[in-house]
Amino acid sequence: MRRLLFKSLIHSPLTEPRPPASSLAVGELVHALDGAARRRLGRSLAIRAVDAGSCNGCELEMNALGNAFYDLERFGIRFVASPRHADVLLVTGPMSRNMREAVRRTYDATPDPKWVVALGDCARDGGCFAGSYAVMDGVSAVLPVDLHIPGCPPPPVEILKGLLALLEGVNSKAATP
Amino acid sequence: MKQGTPSTLTDIAAAGRRAEHHAPFIRAAVPTDSWNLAVEHLAEGRLTLLDLWGEAGAVHIALLDEEAGEAAVASLECPDGRYPSVGRRHPPAIRLERAAADLFGLVPQDTPDPRAWLDHGQWGFVHPLGTRMPAAASPYHFLPAEGGSLHQIAVGPVHAGIIEPGHFRFTASGETIVRLEERLGYTHKGIEGLMAGAGIDRAAGLAGRTSGDSTVAYAFAFARAAEAALGIAVPPRAAWLRALMAELERLANHLGDIGAVCNDAAFPLMLAHCGVLRERVLRASDAAFGHRLMRDRIVPGGTAADLAEDGAAAIRALLANIRARFPALVRLYDNTASLQDRTVGTGRLSTALARQYGAGGYVGRASGRRFDARRAFACPPYDELAFDVPVLAEGDVNARVWIRIREVEQSLSLIEQILRGLPAGPVRADVTASDGPREGAATREGVATREGMAIVEGFRGDVLVWLRIAATGLVERCRLRDPSWFQWPLLEAAIEGNIVADFPLCNKSFNCSYSGCDL
Ligand code: SF4
Repeated sequence: MRRLLFKSLIHSPLTEPRPPASSLAVGELVHALDGAARRRLGRSLAIRAVDAGSCNGCELEMNALGNAFYDLERFGIRFVASPRHADVLLVTGPMSRNMREAVRRTYDATPDPKWVVALGDCARDGGCFAGSYAVMDGVSAVLPVDLHIPGCPPPPVEILKGLLALLEGVNSKAATP
Repeated sequence: MKQGTPSTLTDIAAAGRRAEHHAPFIRAAVPTDSWNLAVEHLAEGRLTLLDLWGEAGAVHIALLDEEAGEAAVASLECPDGRYPSVGRRHPPAIRLERAAADLFGLVPQDTPDPRAWLDHGQWGFVHPLGTRMPAAASPYHFLPAEGGSLHQIAVGPVHAGIIEPGHFRFTASGETIVRLEERLGYTHKGIEGLMAGAGIDRAAGLAGRTSGDSTVAYAFAFARAAEAALGIAVPPRAAWLRALMAELERLANHLGDIGAVCNDAAFPLMLAHCGVLRERVLRASDAAFGHRLMRDRIVPGGTAADLAEDGAAAIRALLANIRARFPALVRLYDNTASLQDRTVGTGRLSTALARQYGAGGYVGRASGRRFDARRAFACPPYDELAFDVPVLAEGDVNARVWIRIREVEQSLSLIEQILRGLPAGPVRADVTASDGPREGAATREGVATREGMAIVEGFRGDVLVWLRIAATGLVERCRLRDPSWFQWPLLEAAIEGNIVADFPLCNKSFNCSYSGCDL
């Protein structure tokens, strides 16, 4: 183990350059973010992931954000275990009816100011599950969605772009109260 | 068939009326006494239950004769919606029966567990795929566990990590778990309902979204079931490319799991290194097939596209990288006492239970069950490739990690063999002409429904897809069965007597799919 630890000290890091914030996502942000709330957020973002009936593909890529290539935490963004610690709910899936209650309660347990990001194609409008008796065709049927990150699943770099856009939106607005 | 013993599957099927076109296995509509005989064989361990599913007015069981390497489907018509419960004699069927009852209103007579499973009372009606009726609210009763010093811990459906939703009800005596009961169904999306009446391509896309980490396995199984039904031969190159994708998927998931299990044993260094290797697999898959998870790349008839020009080189570089780094990680796992202290002896699953439930994948193989669909129902190119199916008997977390380690090594070798032997040629056969009867498909009054079934080895175990295609070419009924159906109940058994703090570790070592069984 010592050798492995030592190697990771002398090897160049795997972490990759920071991607540019997606301009599309920024656009969606402008009207999504409320001025007063923005001022209250520092340069960090605590995310609570909520699976509202996803196929788990989106979660896999969300998890990949933690690996050494993307190293999400260097941006001040981290996944937290409780909605009570969260600024952002990152919600995946077509919003299954069986999850409606739990998602609603998770939202209510999240302190203001808070944002909801719908991750993946089926979180937008149900995607290929739209029209099923068992889903509500997207997260916005239950929660006010501030930002949508498309993809099936969105690769980590796209999730990162969306999150950076959220963060930058928050801070640039915060600088001009 | 074994000599001297009655050929159970053949006997059961022979007593019934054979479905006119069901490939490559037999399906027979059997009389009640044959149904009961099959249940008896299941209960006594002569047959293994592969699946149980319903449709309006009928219930089907897929059966496996492990020794003979044969599978068959027995169907029981039940116009009044009742059938003799399989779960009454053979517990692995219970959740499947509960699901069929929720979706179709089929009632298993004398069932030991009549509670709803997928239906949480949120759809606005009951029996979405049968005769819909208004829902009546009814509370869900967890199984009792009583005693002076017992307390309950309720967890979920929203968990602390980035994982799928489900509810776990622990009953504990101090730190020791006395009973765990799972309640799933939260991610139920109604996939089987959406498939009914869908075109083959749309249904294939839905199949590929049953369980995100097994998107290749599902697309693979669906494609093979469709091809079996339609009598389509896949070009050799496509068959090899599919196996390449399946092995890459297995590799990515096993590497991720090995890291995650160690992380849950408070050893994040393994997660960091395995996470890097997993990411490299996804990137090579992206380079080779244009999608990190290879979603929608396997389609009925073959593959959606050929291997990218520099794909083979990317995969070769990947193999070299993993071969250079993985052995040190295996040594690290093996030599770290604090890690072994957590994994050895924890979450033990007995061979008897693994067999009874027909547990697939690393769960079964870590508990002495040898079944691997790549062997039992080998399709090209697996019949030409050399690989071992590692088996251990200990059945603990450690054994499930070791099976994954050995399977990583096997997949590396398989991928290498596939790249070496990959034949040239087209990658997709025509399925557009699928709206006429195929050769070999019997027609009755000019109408032919065609049925197909496929069993494919996903990273988690055998994925089964059963499919009926109407004469119109549209899917009439499709059934997707995840290996987790039979692994989730075993987790409940394996956790007993362990401490609450070891649950995440045991759970991760099983890594059952939620979405795959919630459907
Ligand atoms: S968007 Fe795609 S990957 Fe994400 S949950 Fe939906 S089907 Fe799965």
